[in-house]
Amino acid sequence: MTNDFSIIGKPTAMIDAAEKTTGAGKYTDDLSVPGMLVGKILHSPYPHARITRIDTSRAEKCEGVVAVVVGKDAPNPYGILPVGHDEYALALDKVRYVGDNVACVVAVSESIAELALELIDVEYEVLPAYFDPEESMKAQTDLIHDSKPRNLEKDYHHVFGDPDAGFAEADAVAEARFIANEVTHAAMEPHSTLASFEIDPHTGKPGRLTVWSSTQVPYYLQHKLSLVLEMPMSQIRVIKPLVGGGFGGKSEVIPLEIIAAVAARKAQAPVKITYTREEVFWAHRGRPRTIIDLKTGVKNDGRITGVKARVVQDGGAYCSYGVVTILYSGALLGALYDIPNIQYDGYRVLTNKPACGAMRGHGTVNVRFAFESQLDELAAKIGMDPAEIRQRNLLQPPCVTVNGLRVQSYGLPECIEKTVERSGWKQRRGKLPRGRGLGIACSHYVSGAANSIIRSDMPHSTVNIKIDRDGGVVVYTGASEIGQGSDTMTAQIAAEVLGCSLGRVRVIAADTDLTPIDIGSYSSRVTFMAGNATLRAAAEVKKLIAAAAAKRMGCAAEYLIFRGDRVLRNAKASSGDRLADRSVRPIQDEASVSGRVEGQILRGSLQQKRKDEGPKEQMTFEEAVVAAIDFHGALTGTGSYAPPQEARGGKHKGAGVGPSPAYSYSAQVAEVSVDEETGEVTVHKVWAAHDCGRALNPVSVEGQIIGSVWMGMGQALTEEMIWKDGMLMNPGLLEYRSPSSVESPEIEPIIVESVDPEGPFGAKECSEGSLAATIPAIANAIYDAVGVRLHESPFTPERVLSALRAKNNAKALNLTEGIDPTSPTRFREHGGALCFKGKGPERHALDPSRREAPSAAGGAD
Amino acid sequence: MKKELIELRINGRSHELAIEPSALLLDVLRQDLQLTGSKRGCDDSSCGACTVLVDGVAMMSCTLLAGSCEGLEITTVEGVSEHGGLAALQKAYGDWGGAQCGYCTPGFIMTVKALLAENPEPSDGEVRAALSSNLCRCTGYSQMYEAIRAAIAAERQGVAVAE
Repeated sequence: MTNDFSIIGKPTAMIDAAEKTTGAGKYTDDLSVPGMLVGKILHSPYPHARITRIDTSRAEKCEGVVAVVVGKDAPNPYGILPVGHDEYALALDKVRYVGDNVACVVAVSESIAELALELIDVEYEVLPAYFDPEESMKAQTDLIHDSKPRNLEKDYHHVFGDPDAGFAEADAVAEARFIANEVTHAAMEPHSTLASFEIDPHTGKPGRLTVWSSTQVPYYLQHKLSLVLEMPMSQIRVIKPLVGGGFGGKSEVIPLEIIAAVAARKAQAPVKITYTREEVFWAHRGRPRTIIDLKTGVKNDGRITGVKARVVQDGGAYCSYGVVTILYSGALLGALYDIPNIQYDGYRVLTNKPACGAMRGHGTVNVRFAFESQLDELAAKIGMDPAEIRQRNLLQPPCVTVNGLRVQSYGLPECIEKTVERSGWKQRRGKLPRGRGLGIACSHYVSGAANSIIRSDMPHSTVNIKIDRDGGVVVYTGASEIGQGSDTMTAQIAAEVLGCSLGRVRVIAADTDLTPIDIGSYSSRVTFMAGNATLRAAAEVKKLIAAAAAKRMGCAAEYLIFRGDRVLRNAKASSGDRLADRSVRPIQDEASVSGRVEGQILRGSLQQKRKDEGPKEQMTFEEAVVAAIDFHGALTGTGSYAPPQEARGGKHKGAGVGPSPAYSYSAQVAEVSVDEETGEVTVHKVWAAHDCGRALNPVSVEGQIIGSVWMGMGQALTEEMIWKDGMLMNPGLLEYRSPSSVESPEIEPIIVESVDPEGPFGAKECSEGSLAATIPAIANAIYDAVGVRLHESPFTPERVLSALRAKNNAKALNLTEGIDPTSPTRFREHGGALCFKGKGPERHALDPSRREAPSAAGGAD
Repeated sequence: MKKELIELRINGRSHELAIEPSALLLDVLRQDLQLTGSKRGCDDSSCGACTVLVDGVAMMSCTLLAGSCEGLEITTVEGVSEHGGLAALQKAYGDWGGAQCGYCTPGFIMTVKALLAENPEPSDGEVRAALSSNLCRCTGYSQMYEAIRAAIAAERQGVAVAE
């Protein structure tokens, strides 16, 4: 394939950039419709309780309150996965986490709705609650869901090859427990939904429903609304306005989306619900706290002989994407390198905390942190350079990994090479001043899941294109722009194929009434799948234009070149050489495209005129389009994409998760310094090479790489959801400690293009794969700087300092001893909770509040 | 609560409004005036998505009483475009990838506008320090720095993007 593109590969401002920089673009909360009411949700104050009585009468009598909605108004269960329909719009009989949805008040204003929430009387029977996954797995009674014994959502046990023989063969083996604490998306836009019913003109009753929502998955939302409301999908229109970031947090149906629709039905008026920031934290669906017991064996030449992992995920109170998350953890653990023997035991456990779901790098991030850290340790054990041990274990594509994943394009070798070169790894590593170090790590991710979560054979993406008489191109796609550049990618591909300028292309996206089905923006599938569908739709419509233009230009269609808003004859056209513009396929049968009677009469006169003019040397895009419309009638094309059968994975139980038509690869080097006095870690620079197949829009690709690395750095150093008895202690953006500009390092993105054989123009994903490498790269750099291995993320000053003191055999540090009687003796153990273990009011034996309060230390009065 | 009549001057135009004394400037802008460019990302001045200029000073409108802004000149993101076209800063944010999802962008535009009004050639450190009042979850800030440098260069060369 030639690199001679006119649109793709060039840095391009997003087609919606002006809407965003001027504030003119509308996000869901910016919308209002006449007669719109406001909904506010009552949340549970208990982590686990039975609802014995709800009395909404006082709230209903409140002036300005239109309706109060409770669980029995919409009793059908739903969930994003077909195997996990365990949620209700509002709690039916039980609440399962602090923040669970109990009732919704619909009122004329937010302040009245808030007032009315306090007038709802709810009686709870408090049940014992489970906050720690390993404790939760021992539960016999008071299960979180009656159908899930031992509070186990799902467990998988996979063995590939012979792990025991692998370890026997190894020269060095490392074994350790790693913990990655819980993080959340914290997208800047809080979730918002506006739901409105239309009155049916025939029945005179509420008919069609329109929902505007901040969602990554309009089609799934339409599907789940239809389940809960018992309406046909065709009666529900989901429109996705601009979305202010998702990162996975909007990739499933969030309670407010269902509640708003149920509330609009009961209140008989349009209802908008927008979460407060605190509610966004409760809605969560982030990356679960993960406990990883990992064992890896290598030979002295660096080859990995076996990997054994036991992974426990603290999934929260509902299934959400949990079954997929726990499978991704195993499936992608073994597919970055050539690993002959793998044993994986994964447990997805229910606890009384908000449900965890999909977050950028879904399922792969925490195990990657453990694996890359351990590989670094093994490199040190056998005396090998950490970059080299990674190079020794590369796959030899095209190949199928031991767990059945097909790998074609594989840019990892080049990624490692480039980061090593740019960071001066060989010259600088080990020679930096004390307290400063370099670390390397790799990662990868799917370019869309080869098997959709709703098992069906329908295409994952379909795109329609319509071209108007003046050469305006309209692309209809269900793909969801969430800030990643989906609409721009679609426009670029259409313009590149049609050889027209980007300004001609208008993208109509993510409106279930207008756009064909696309399963949404998640698992980094859009460029690969919606991109391929766009490519096919554009090629189809181009074929029609080429057929008409060829007639006018007196040559065969395959000799035409579409470029720069013109249709030209290939230089080889007259010589008869069969070299042709490859994306134009020969037309099959001209008779089959001939038009109607009127068309033929019209065409007769035009043909006479054309004969007089003689064949044209070249045509403008408009002329060619006019010729095609005159010849064929309407000028439309459609294309769809379904992953090929060979890419859909093996046959074992759970084999459906992990396979992808193509994988992206990343290698990163981080440079950090560690303050040995305070334990504070500063990241100075990250070199991040990412194999995205082909960079369709380099500005966007770099933006995605930088954004992923930055978010990984947040998880590595500061971000953590801190729990105390099922209560989130830091439900605010400042307390959650998302890094600001002053805490953010320089990130040098390096684009590697491996040109995938099946990607659109060779492109693969670029938005998620880079995240996972950042955390272990920083961990390994900390080791290089001060010689301690951190096994628990984030690497806060407390954790770094206690690791340093343990290394120096010093007494464990207690920063708050004696000053505050409620202060923790240990930091953030079990379930991220500070120090309280246990169920409801019962306190852990070491809980300071059960001991006698020590006398205040000096200084405190 | 009984409403009061106030007059706010926003983007060079005066608006007479009846508002509750407790109404926040952000809510008045978004709900009463439909100026939805300023965003609500949190409720406690931690994210900066609601930043507007009050007499040229970048302020977070989510924790500012609308009634306290009477007689002051308020500029929102809707008032930044020049002569019906994009200001250099807005154009540069688009070209250099400074905006991804765009939700934080209006706040950043206002913060940078205030910075450049006071300090037309800020150092990298000064830009970082100024931007730390706002949060972004998409970009990692790097491409914003490039956008700001490009906007300063464009202004210096007198390249009016709105020509």
